[in-house]
Amino acid sequence: MLDVSVAYDRYKFLGHEFLTWLWFIMDVDQTGIVKTNKDMVSLEMDNRIVLENSLDDRVENIRIKGDDAGLEEAKISLQKGGVVTELNFSFKSGDYEWKFNIKGESLNISSLKSPETGKIEKNDDVEGAVLEKIYLYAKVVSLVENLYNQFIYLRISNKWDDDIVPRIKKWIKS
Amino acid sequence: MGLLSSSVSITRYKVDGEIQDHLIETIMEGLNKNSITEIDNEPIEKTAGWASFDNPYLPDFETSSCVIGDHFVFSLRIDKKNIPAKIIKKYYTLEMAKKLTESGREHLSRNEKKEIKEHVINVLSLRIPATPNIYDIIWNYEESSLWFLSNQKAANEELETLFSKSFRLKLFRLFPYTMAEFNTGLTDKDRDILSTISPTKFMD
Repeated sequence: MLDVSVAYDRYKFLGHEFLTWLWFIMDVDQTGIVKTNKDMVSLEMDNRIVLENSLDDRVENIRIKGDDAGLEEAKISLQKGGVVTELNFSFKSGDYEWKFNIKGESLNISSLKSPETGKIEKNDDVEGAVLEKIYLYAKVVSLVENLYNQFIYLRISNKWDDDIVPRIKKWIKS
Repeated sequence: MGLLSSSVSITRYKVDGEIQDHLIETIMEGLNKNSITEIDNEPIEKTAGWASFDNPYLPDFETSSCVIGDHFVFSLRIDKKNIPAKIIKKYYTLEMAKKLTESGREHLSRNEKKEIKEHVINVLSLRIPATPNIYDIIWNYEESSLWFLSNQKAANEELETLFSKSFRLKLFRLFPYTMAEFNTGLTDKDRDILSTISPTKFMD
């Protein structure tokens, strides 16, 4: 196994490609990811995206935020060779909704808002509340891990270069 | 951000290694031995240690259990005294002036200045209480998985160091490379491909 700090920098592009692929899948056709993630009703981009574009001698960051934000600028950044570095998601399963952010280089989950849980009225309620929260966080952790595994299998297969990349290129230009 | 907060951040880890015997007792012992100690009346700027999830300000692993369901739930507490730079500057300047008057000199050496600064920080450290920061931890021992409820780099580094010292187990942070590396479904051929992979160009 590679030295961890070397591997972090060397392979962070995989996290950026993962988010770019997810945006493409969510925008074009998410049937595949819904099928392989049981209980998922939908996974959508929520209200925030960050892209990074390495130009000749500088790095340009583009942040798009807000419920009504247009994504044209984000697409233009992709057209210029940019990569998605952060993405905010809305995930629905059953009647419940989770919102969270993923940073590509670390795949860390942040700003995770899970469905409301019962109120804690006495000390005896704490243990139940903790278990409920763990169960709800596990849904998002499993989702991210499943999707990333799905991406990795695709990424190292011939299908990536032969089918997925041409489709993403076409989508970026659209 | 605590486990029961309305919004949390999670850094995921794989725990490498096993505890041979008396799992719960061994973990409780590791927590107890490395629990947070108060530094309010000490000339120390920063400290880190374990705290109990249900009572992080009065950690007591003798009486409080950290087992909830299949998980060990406890907290990392990092106490730090944040002495404003302007206060340090004020007392440093006053101490320097005092030393110059006492010695009758016009200048102090670099070492003397350094000593004065350290002395000022030590004295102020005794007067300023430490600010506690609490980060919750959910450890599923059976699945070798640990969630740390913070993405802050410094807090993650403290966790990794203290965890290894307390339990003699190594934590591997999960990020794009390690997540693929620990994917047990990959064949040797898949790993070879992964090791030589390079970024995709999405533009012609």
